[in-house]
Amino acid sequence: MQAPNTQPIRVMIAKVGLDGHDRGVKIVARCLRDAGMDVIYTGLHRTPEEVALAAVQEDVDILGISILSGAQMTVFPRVLELLRGQHGSDIAVVGGGVMPDEDVVELKRMGVSEVLLQDTPPQAIVESMRRLVRERGPR
Amino acid sequence: MKETKEAQTIGNLAEQLEAWEGREVAGFLARQPERKEQFATLGGFPVKRVYTALDVQDIPLEDVGLPGRYPFTRGPYPTMYRGRRWTMRQIAGYGTGADTNKRFKYLIQQGQTGLSTDFDMPTLMGYDSDHAMSGGEVGRGGVAIDTLSDMEDLFADIDLEEISVSMTINPSAWILLAMYVALAEKRGFDLNRLSGTIQADMLKEYMAQKEWIYPIAPSVRIVRDCIAYCAQRMKRYNPVNICGYHINEAGASPLHELAFTLANTIVYVEEVVKTGMPVDQFAPRLSFFFACGSDFFEEAARFRAVRRVYATIMRERFGAANPASMRLRFHCQTAAATLTRPQYKVNIVRTALQALAAVLGGAQSLHTNGMDEAFSIPTEEAMKIALRTQQVIAEESNVANVVDPLGGSYYVEKLTDQYVQAIQAILQEVDARGGTVKLIEEGWFQRKIAEDAYETALRKQSGEKPVIGVNRYVEEEEALDLEVHPYGPKSAERQIERTRQVRANRDEPAVQELLGRLKAVARDETQNILPVTVELVRQGASMGDIVETLKQVWGTYRETPVF
Amino acid sequence: MGRAVPPLALVQQVLEGRLTAVARMITHAESGEEACHEALAEIYRHTGKAHVVGITGVPGSGKSALVTRLCKALRAGGRSVGVIAVDPSSPFSGGSILGDRIRMNELVTDPGVFIRSMATRGALGGLARASLSGVDILDAAGYDVVLIETVGVGQDEIDVVQAVHTTLVVSAPGLGDDIQAIKAGVLEIADIHVVGKCDRSDAHRTVTDLKNMLAMGHRNSQGYGWQVPLIPTSSVSGEGIPELLTAIDGHLEALTSSGELEQRRRRIAQTRLLKSAENILRDQFQRHHDRQISELTDRMMSGRTHPHAAAQTLLNQFRSERKP
Ligand code: B12
Ligand SMILES: Nc1nc2c(ncn2[C@@H]2O[C@H](COP(=O)(O)OP(=O)(O)OP(=O)(O)O)[C@@H](O)[C@H]2O)c(=O)[nH]1
Ligand SMILES: [Mg+2]
Repeated sequence: MQAPNTQPIRVMIAKVGLDGHDRGVKIVARCLRDAGMDVIYTGLHRTPEEVALAAVQEDVDILGISILSGAQMTVFPRVLELLRGQHGSDIAVVGGGVMPDEDVVELKRMGVSEVLLQDTPPQAIVESMRRLVRERGPR
Repeated sequence: MKETKEAQTIGNLAEQLEAWEGREVAGFLARQPERKEQFATLGGFPVKRVYTALDVQDIPLEDVGLPGRYPFTRGPYPTMYRGRRWTMRQIAGYGTGADTNKRFKYLIQQGQTGLSTDFDMPTLMGYDSDHAMSGGEVGRGGVAIDTLSDMEDLFADIDLEEISVSMTINPSAWILLAMYVALAEKRGFDLNRLSGTIQADMLKEYMAQKEWIYPIAPSVRIVRDCIAYCAQRMKRYNPVNICGYHINEAGASPLHELAFTLANTIVYVEEVVKTGMPVDQFAPRLSFFFACGSDFFEEAARFRAVRRVYATIMRERFGAANPASMRLRFHCQTAAATLTRPQYKVNIVRTALQALAAVLGGAQSLHTNGMDEAFSIPTEEAMKIALRTQQVIAEESNVANVVDPLGGSYYVEKLTDQYVQAIQAILQEVDARGGTVKLIEEGWFQRKIAEDAYETALRKQSGEKPVIGVNRYVEEEEALDLEVHPYGPKSAERQIERTRQVRANRDEPAVQELLGRLKAVARDETQNILPVTVELVRQGASMGDIVETLKQVWGTYRETPVF
Repeated sequence: MGRAVPPLALVQQVLEGRLTAVARMITHAESGEEACHEALAEIYRHTGKAHVVGITGVPGSGKSALVTRLCKALRAGGRSVGVIAVDPSSPFSGGSILGDRIRMNELVTDPGVFIRSMATRGALGGLARASLSGVDILDAAGYDVVLIETVGVGQDEIDVVQAVHTTLVVSAPGLGDDIQAIKAGVLEIADIHVVGKCDRSDAHRTVTDLKNMLAMGHRNSQGYGWQVPLIPTSSVSGEGIPELLTAIDGHLEALTSSGELEQRRRRIAQTRLLKSAENILRDQFQRHHDRQISELTDRMMSGRTHPHAAAQTLLNQFRSERKP
């Protein structure tokens, strides 16, 4: 039974743009749910605007975006900008999918909290999410 | 062989086997147990220590048969690679039509015998390059095609009667087919001499690849229109390439890949037959596409199995009489999702083994993946090694000298037969549950695929499924010496400019008039959508113009994801 | 949102309708933490303006798609809408994949629509514990209409009817045994019946079946002179949506003019009082009486006591501890 005062971690998992690769993102959604988190999956083909606003309304701890299409350097900066527009949102942005190493470095510099690429074991994904929420501290 | 003598031999064999297990095997096991209690294929079929004539005694010889003969287990053609080897068909596509045209010419020069085109996401989904949804994706995962003029660049100086051209395109496939037709006519080629393929397999999109525009019913109607159009005007062209590949790569087991592909096939055949076209008129041009994974014998066996099941379906279920309607021909791609980022050069070895299995399974054409698969679309160098891999198999290994060399292997024949039974059982279940389209709407296939994919992820995590470099022989941070395919946003800008130019220079009233006709044709189920589309592209209509117009008639598809 | 702003400090912003404050306040309400009650009490004083509409029906009947259509129709009429969409938690992990939002995503860039997903976390009856606080927050924030989509329920035990002004029950063709899957108890709670997916060829059968069932003695006219309508809709074509909106407004009108609205408000207040009491008790039990609960359970297992007597014991202990 759920103890009354422990809040499950809330995560939004999003696919942005025309990218239809969803094998990985479904694995991510499922392993987070199985670890007791509340997962809001946006479905495919969302815009940065939709995703950023939805994340704010849902007040998620983490917004995870999966990109395998190569559009990461277009999508992440836009989402970060939109979130910052929301009065300094404290939502952590996490990325996953397929992207070259130098993009990963650049994305982290811009403020993406974590990037988890191919073959990250489900357990490691769960642990990263928990760590990020721990590090942020209470809201 | 006489009845009695055979029975005796088999009887002896059973005794011998028992004795062997009691003595040799038991002795060995006492000293050293086997690596596992239970061995299984990657697809989950349990496998025995050894296979003998006992395992195949119930398989009728006519099920195995001979190459080029019903049920085609041993191959679609009698001489197979002794005549013509498989087509080496490396996919290429990036940037603008002109960029990809250069890659095509390079590949032809390297000895490639067919072309295969990958399009960028906007083209795949029916958006023009300047649409808001296309941001960041123009010319990235493939080539950007908006108008006929892009298509002209793509195939400039390539003799389309000489080389077969395959296009990996689905919801917007009919538009590219129309462009191909318009281009060929413009350049004076004979439509009946063009060979090639559009993928145009929409059902697997809803199941696996997730490229869609319209709801299921109009999408299936478009496929039907492509099949009917080609049957009448393009004798050598494959109007649909029914795919298991994407189902497999989305995570499905090798068994589900085959069974779901045939479930889709049944829908397409039924749709065309409904228009009154006899099955033998179009079935010979149906072609297939499968993935070849890592379990060597299993892969060869299941390609043999799917040929047998298809032959039976076409003959028994659809009453085909022409053997050409019953022979399954397929393109094969080695399984990209098995390739890894760490120690990426190992991907060359993986790909070589998978390619060999595909050849032993009797593929008609083959794409081998680049070693940089897990990073970006392939560089020229990566594609060259991948092509050389095929050339080594084809020209140095001598495997192509004998038809179906694995035929008669007790293990492979048994596994083939098990696959046949298992595929048929799933097809029966699909029928019993109300058919493929209904089950797609209910997410039944999608759920099975997601379950398979999740299980694979867990098995990789636990190490039960070994992946070298990932959960075995892991090396700390390797210095990456890999150069990845560069992406130039400049070419996106150029592309957008081109499309705007075409729009500015065309006869706008003529285009609008045709778009009006397009709507009328779309509303009338009995008409074929292709002729008016050919006229549209000739007048400079862009893909986006056509797609958006039809959204007003048909609406759009929205998935209910399952996990 | 700044770090760890106390809930009370957010109230003013909630009342002004600030997106981030509304969102964070719902998070506080979901947490059930002590600190949020004062803030929620303040917010409660500002409620009562919104028309609260519940949407219930069996899983997959098209509730989320309908909510999306309704939002669009309400927006077209210039009204703002808040949505609370409830999805079930996994009984195994306690986690959830909240799927309702997938259908509603396109609404999100409209500032007049606020959508929030909630997991039941073991709560029964189709709602989550914090659903009604969520409604209060959206109401106080100024949304004209608040829609609550319950989890898909086909059985009885539907809390939503005790908590909203207008209850929509959605049925649809193609869901196995169709109408039979819905218990009569669920049909009875409807203020408005919706048969969704009427673009499908088998929809007319659902309409007929439902009409027959309703004719078989179930309540279809209510005490205050409201005739329960049956409205076929399609979220694909949009058919029936204007009629549905008219019915929803008509129902509020009927409630208001007959005085039934006051009755319902009272009923809602009472339900919430009892629910809150239940929740407080349950929390306190769980927090402080783990050991007793487990001891009593052991005794029940070995047949030394039975549920009623064990519960009495537990309550007695509880009362004696609470005495000052
Ligand atoms: C499988 C696959 C497909 C399948 C997809 C099936 C599906 N429904 O998902 C099919 C065959 C349909 C396909 C099609 C295409 N593909 Co593809 N595909 C791949 C492939 C081989 C593997 C991807 C995969 O699923 N891996 C397995 C899963 C489990 O891993 P994953 O997605 O990486 O997810 C893991 C992590 O990344 C992480 N993760 C992922 N998302 C998130 C999100 C968060 C928040 C977190 C925390 C973690 C996380 O966790 C997951 C579990 O470990 C990759 C190459 C590769 N080896 O990576 C190419 C690849 C992604 N595809 C590519 C291309 C170009 C295409 C096509 C455009 C080809 C074409 N022109 O037709 C189409 C487009 C399809 C579409 N609708 O978008 C390119 C992309 C190029 C680029 N980025 O620059 C790649 C890189 C191949 C290549 N080298 O060219 N593809
Ligand atoms: N044909 C048709 N399909 C619809 C309609 N409304 C919803 N659907 C489909 O029915 C399925 C379920 O729709 P949802 O809106 O998610 O149903 P729901 O009742 O919210 O489902 P749960 O929240 O899971 O209980 C989806 O596949 C929708 O596409 C409709 O009006 N017509
Ligand atoms: Mg719903």
